[in-house]
Amino acid sequence: MSTELVIKDLRISVGEKPIIKGLNLTVKQGEIHALMGPNGSGKSTLANALMGHPFYSVDSGEVTFGGVDVLELEPNERARLGLFLAFQYPTAIPGVSMANFLRMAVSAVRTENSNGSETTELIPMRAFRRELREKMKQLGVDESFARRYLNEGFSGGEKKRAEVLQLAMLEPKIAILDETDSGLDIDAVRIVGESLNQLIGPDLGVLIITHYPRLLTYIRPQFVHILLDGRIVESGGWELAELLEKKGYDPIREKYGISPEVLADDDVEDPLSALRR
Amino acid sequence: MTQHMTQPETETVDIGVSSDYKYGFHDDIKPVFKSRKGLDTEIINQMCDVKGEPDWMRQYRLKAYEIFKQKPDVNWGGDLSGLDFDDIYYYVKASDRTERSWDDVPDDIKRTFDRLGIPEAERKFLAGVGAQYDSEVVYHSLQEELDKVGVIFVDTDTALREYPDLMKEYFGTLIPSADNKFAALNSAIWSGGSFIYVPPGVKVDYPLQAYFRINTENMGQFERTLIIVDEGAEVNYVEGCTAPSYSSASLHSAVVEIVCKKGSRVRYTTIQNWANNVYNLVTKRAFAYEDAHMEWIDGNLGSKLTMKYPSVYMMEPGARGEILSIAFASKGQHQDAGAKVIHCAPHTTSRITSKSISKDGGRSSYRGEVRVMKGAKGCKSTVQCDALILDEKSRSDTYPVIQIDENDVNIGHEARVSKIGEEQLFYLMSRGLSEDEASAMIVNGFIEPLVKELPMEYAVEMNRLIQLQMEGSVG
Repeated sequence: MSTELVIKDLRISVGEKPIIKGLNLTVKQGEIHALMGPNGSGKSTLANALMGHPFYSVDSGEVTFGGVDVLELEPNERARLGLFLAFQYPTAIPGVSMANFLRMAVSAVRTENSNGSETTELIPMRAFRRELREKMKQLGVDESFARRYLNEGFSGGEKKRAEVLQLAMLEPKIAILDETDSGLDIDAVRIVGESLNQLIGPDLGVLIITHYPRLLTYIRPQFVHILLDGRIVESGGWELAELLEKKGYDPIREKYGISPEVLADDDVEDPLSALRR
Repeated sequence: MTQHMTQPETETVDIGVSSDYKYGFHDDIKPVFKSRKGLDTEIINQMCDVKGEPDWMRQYRLKAYEIFKQKPDVNWGGDLSGLDFDDIYYYVKASDRTERSWDDVPDDIKRTFDRLGIPEAERKFLAGVGAQYDSEVVYHSLQEELDKVGVIFVDTDTALREYPDLMKEYFGTLIPSADNKFAALNSAIWSGGSFIYVPPGVKVDYPLQAYFRINTENMGQFERTLIIVDEGAEVNYVEGCTAPSYSSASLHSAVVEIVCKKGSRVRYTTIQNWANNVYNLVTKRAFAYEDAHMEWIDGNLGSKLTMKYPSVYMMEPGARGEILSIAFASKGQHQDAGAKVIHCAPHTTSRITSKSISKDGGRSSYRGEVRVMKGAKGCKSTVQCDALILDEKSRSDTYPVIQIDENDVNIGHEARVSKIGEEQLFYLMSRGLSEDEASAMIVNGFIEPLVKELPMEYAVEMNRLIQLQMEGSVG
């Protein structure tokens, strides 16, 4: 049975400021959705809140994953259910090798009783190494990645490829990709897009959150949604993405009477920047 | 000279912890000889009689005892008010003779080693191990190869009997009794410890190891180690400590002296995991002569209070001193650890790397000294101190002293304090790790640059100990 991520009338604030103002969306395993919106529309807030970032408080609404209410769950419990977030700004963890980290993470999410308890048993080293090597080969990732410290000194493109490698290893049911194309040159977008395409299939549901449609030329979504001022204002197919490519967000802003000044609020788009080095 | 102080992140995480000591058991071993509590000349004389020591050592001890009495109490570093010198057994002998083979080691002592979980794989090293039980080495089997190449590896009491010339020549020459109050105490009442001599050009290609334990309530342990590495020789010595926990305070006060002659390479590794009622007050010093490299790797996880600053005196051109220090201070612990490098000759180089972690109200301090003597031109020294503080109750301080009496030098000092970032925790938790697992992973990553320098089995043990500390579930 396919698993669904169901978001109902979700409202999220950062401090006193409402950011997500009643959002509804359902993503099923095997479906590809694109959630597009300009800076400040609340995209990253939504992505982080769905994964359980403690910075964001959910005011009201409902999020279920496979019928389970996830809003009360810790991020690791959500991961164990099969939810994944590819970060816009992956954090560096100095001294922790990619291989050690992935072995721990894979062991954690593949535990039989996904109840959020401690990871007691690591998957056997030999089997893990084999699997990691295969996935790295499949995604065209250099084997030296395994020995490098997690995201430390990675270029923008390497960070995003590392996120895709983690996605491949953790085999989630639903993956949220937060601005996976941001900060990449056109070649890097192509490499990441092609890697992602390798992973697309009936067992994976994808929610691509993006500002620009360029990643979507590699992974073509069946559903496109436009996020403006904390709400999904339009939903449709590929033609919506094409419209944005041609005309930008202004016609939609005009249609819904939302002024761009309000939206160009950098603090809202990336409220976590202060916490980051 | 550069100095940076940054505080990149401000969030804190509260991680539950229990500070119960993991190896908090004690076996019922009957000491063969045990002095009464407290210290006086009668006890020192009694000890010399029991051990049958030569008169020069008796006089050395009695003189050191006078110095100990005259020295004022130590009033810096950590809080020593809980330490009562009159409430300590100064000499306990657990077994009558020094064992030569593993089969001869008494069963209850073997059982204690078993319960310490010394892995089977390490047994192969036992031929090269001097395992200190109570105040005396009870097991000391020397591998034949060591004999063949002329390497001496015995407990220091044996060295006093069998190698009196070497002992007389070097004993107390690096750390005289008057160096500090605890060195004086050790000089008065020392017992056990390791004595190593490596002849010119001999390279010992596996680590010589020793295990240390304290097992009599209120007893002090005052081992004395002397290592002499002759010209062009190499040796790697490893000591790991683990002690049963008792309700009243214990004192561990060792003295370690190392002579690194021309062109030698010496590495001395310590993983200290004393029970958290132990005062661990240790003086460690090495002299490095022409082109010699001396390296201290010093990991402090246990004890109530540790005050330890391994030092390297670079005596001749080309000498190099390196100190890697790891300190982990949890509830009720103060790790006052650090390093000293003294450039006495031109063109000498040194590096100090310190990593400390404080959690659950623990306090870790870096106390270090870089000194360049007049005329020591062209010296280079770098110091890097990283501190990780895991919660708001915990504390970290740095006390660097830099004294330069020469212009033509290159000295760098860098200190950084950080806290576990909420972003790092969230990132790891989003991949399925629990909060404790994520914290432990970040801490292990923090000390990884030092842990990778440890022998494999110690690296594994180190990671495991940190995991246990972080999970807060020990026992």
